[in-house]
Amino acid sequence: MKPIKPNDMMLQTLARLIILVVLSFSIYLLLAGHNNPGGGFIGGLMTSSAILILYVAFDMKTIKKAIPIDFVKIIGIGLLFASLTGVVSMLFGYPYLKQFFDYFTIPILGEVELTTALPFDLGVYFVVVGSALTIILTIAEDDK
Amino acid sequence: MEVLMAIMIGIIFMVSIYLMMSRNLLRVAVATLLLSHGVHLLLLTMPGLQRGDAPILSFAADAYTDPLPHALILTAIVISFAVTSLLLVMAYRTYKVHKTDDLEDLRGSADE
Amino acid sequence: MNNLIILPIVIPFIIGAILILLAKRITAQRILSGITMSFLLTLSIYLAVIVYLHGTIVLEVGNWEAPFGIVIVADLLSTFMLLLSNLVGTICLFFAFQTVAETREKQFFYPLYLFLMIGVNGAFLTGDLFNLFVFFEVMLIASYGLIVHGGTGYQLRESFKYVIINIFASALFIAAIAWIYAITGTMNMAHIAERVAELDQAGALNFVAMLLFVVFASKGALFPLYFWLPRSYFGPPAAIAALFGGLLTKVGIYAIIRTFTLMFNHDIGFTHKELIVTIAGFTMLFGVLGAVSQFDFKRILSYHIISQVGYMVMGLGIFTPLAVAGAIYYIAHHMIVKTALFLFAGVTERITGTTDLKKMGGLLGTHPWLAWFFFITAVSLAGIPPLSGFFSKFPIILSGFEEGQYVIAGVALLVGLLTLFSMIKIFSYAFWGKQKHTKEQASVPVRKLLLPIFPLVALAIILGFAAEPIFTYSLEVAEDIMDPANYIDSVLKE
Repeated sequence: MKPIKPNDMMLQTLARLIILVVLSFSIYLLLAGHNNPGGGFIGGLMTSSAILILYVAFDMKTIKKAIPIDFVKIIGIGLLFASLTGVVSMLFGYPYLKQFFDYFTIPILGEVELTTALPFDLGVYFVVVGSALTIILTIAEDDK
Repeated sequence: MEVLMAIMIGIIFMVSIYLMMSRNLLRVAVATLLLSHGVHLLLLTMPGLQRGDAPILSFAADAYTDPLPHALILTAIVISFAVTSLLLVMAYRTYKVHKTDDLEDLRGSADE
Repeated sequence: MNNLIILPIVIPFIIGAILILLAKRITAQRILSGITMSFLLTLSIYLAVIVYLHGTIVLEVGNWEAPFGIVIVADLLSTFMLLLSNLVGTICLFFAFQTVAETREKQFFYPLYLFLMIGVNGAFLTGDLFNLFVFFEVMLIASYGLIVHGGTGYQLRESFKYVIINIFASALFIAAIAWIYAITGTMNMAHIAERVAELDQAGALNFVAMLLFVVFASKGALFPLYFWLPRSYFGPPAAIAALFGGLLTKVGIYAIIRTFTLMFNHDIGFTHKELIVTIAGFTMLFGVLGAVSQFDFKRILSYHIISQVGYMVMGLGIFTPLAVAGAIYYIAHHMIVKTALFLFAGVTERITGTTDLKKMGGLLGTHPWLAWFFFITAVSLAGIPPLSGFFSKFPIILSGFEEGQYVIAGVALLVGLLTLFSMIKIFSYAFWGKQKHTKEQASVPVRKLLLPIFPLVALAIILGFAAEPIFTYSLEVAEDIMDPANYIDSVLKE
């Protein structure tokens, strides 16, 4: 039987819009995570769901070409980020994972609180994006 | 409220153990998911369900909640996310390799 | 200075992350992981010496003070376990270099290996009950990865059961944590211990203690929760089976020893002397009976893990300094000898292509070194006097008689006899008798494979002949952990 190529114009057009919203919300969640609900884990899950919408709307090959990233590598990078953040405080003679934070004034955003928890969260974010997508794509690719 | 939660947790445990006893691979995988939800609710309920503000951030609240159970549950959720996804992949692979999702057929040697 | 004790957790973490990025380069992975494990071994020796000379080291992670933040504690027991686990880990890794197939090595074998070491090292070092759960999970998830690694039908089928029982146990662990938090209001183990002593709630605490015991017993393969062990340890390659056999169950035993000496010592008459001792007796007996009934090299060894785990718990159950010291000595002996035996099973499998004893024979003629090395470790396991097995069983059984626990001591003696029987069974089937393997198989070189195992055999002999200083050391460890005040004072700084 010849596979029928579906014409999901509605889905594809909407997906382009939706992922914009979902991605920006996921970044917001990542950054809000220090003192408010949010954080690396939930932000990462949100991002991976946004990318998954792309996979659903378009086929695997197109997206593989559009996002030529090996998601397993992302896990490694995220783990490095998270572990090295803790090590930095060791280099200054503080206990492992000691946090620092300060307030900075950045041109457009105004006064912002920057913490060393942020790179840690970023690491978690990468790990979650990488592992969630790897797991789902492994099963999806297998089913041919 | 605590009593209600206790009953709820009991029901979740009941359902999950019932599913775990079934012969279907996927049902067992879902059972572990439900089980972890049950224990997370337990972890939320046991220290007492409290209303109030987050401590440290605000100083002018009437009551504060204990943040520790929330942190613990969050960690436990992340762990159960990892374990569940791993289990699903494994169940899928088992199904692919053995071409069955019936645990009776996955017993292994017949003499045990 | 204090940051030193987090290195056994952080270093494999960082290197493991780098190894994920180097997934396709096997040589680089081998070199990096080899260096890492050797470094960890050196570090853990150094830590053991420092803690022995200068006392417990405590690190408050993130600079949060003790009862509120997570603490990492290196006391005598944890550095001792750390030393043993990294020894076993290093040797199994060097064995894995030669035996694990290249296709498997490319599938993130070494990152998973290092993540397993994070979990194990973390579980030994942490001073926080919830953190213990987290490190258990890190260890277990890595072990799920390693135990299905390669993905053969047998591995998938048996590992599924292994994963399910462990998930169930982990759920119970969280439930126990919830209850203990409701009772004591803290997660710091030293703080829990302090509050347990103040609170007069023997009933509720006994319940939580038993729940935790069930959790750790299912990880440590105690009666009646051992059924998953022999079949799931049969599937993976020899290096992994050896690592799991030598290491993983002992993490469960460490957790039992830690919680039942530090926190749950309010009702020793019931929890230790009745319950743990009874469970230990059944574990030993059923484990060894399982071993006697089997005719497969790896399965016999797996069943023996169960029976020997019983000895360790028996030492804890009798709960005199002598018995606990015996249990600690026994852990050292068991980890070294059991890893060596599993690796020998791997070597014979490499030669004959099977682990079925009935299809083997005459290895003594073609591979004498292998045969005699195996013989030394096997009789050491069975507890023949000049070797390490004797000196570790002797104090446990002796204190069993001293404390009037005659039944358990008798069971332990019987189990020792049956262990000797099944070890001799392996030796007579696999090494004596008519040669059953072909000429090509007979000329398989094993010198290089035996090289990583040699230190273990040497240690098994040293542990026997130098029993005096090592036993003094384990007695000191036992006395240290049996007085929880030491641990509490150094963590809470009172």
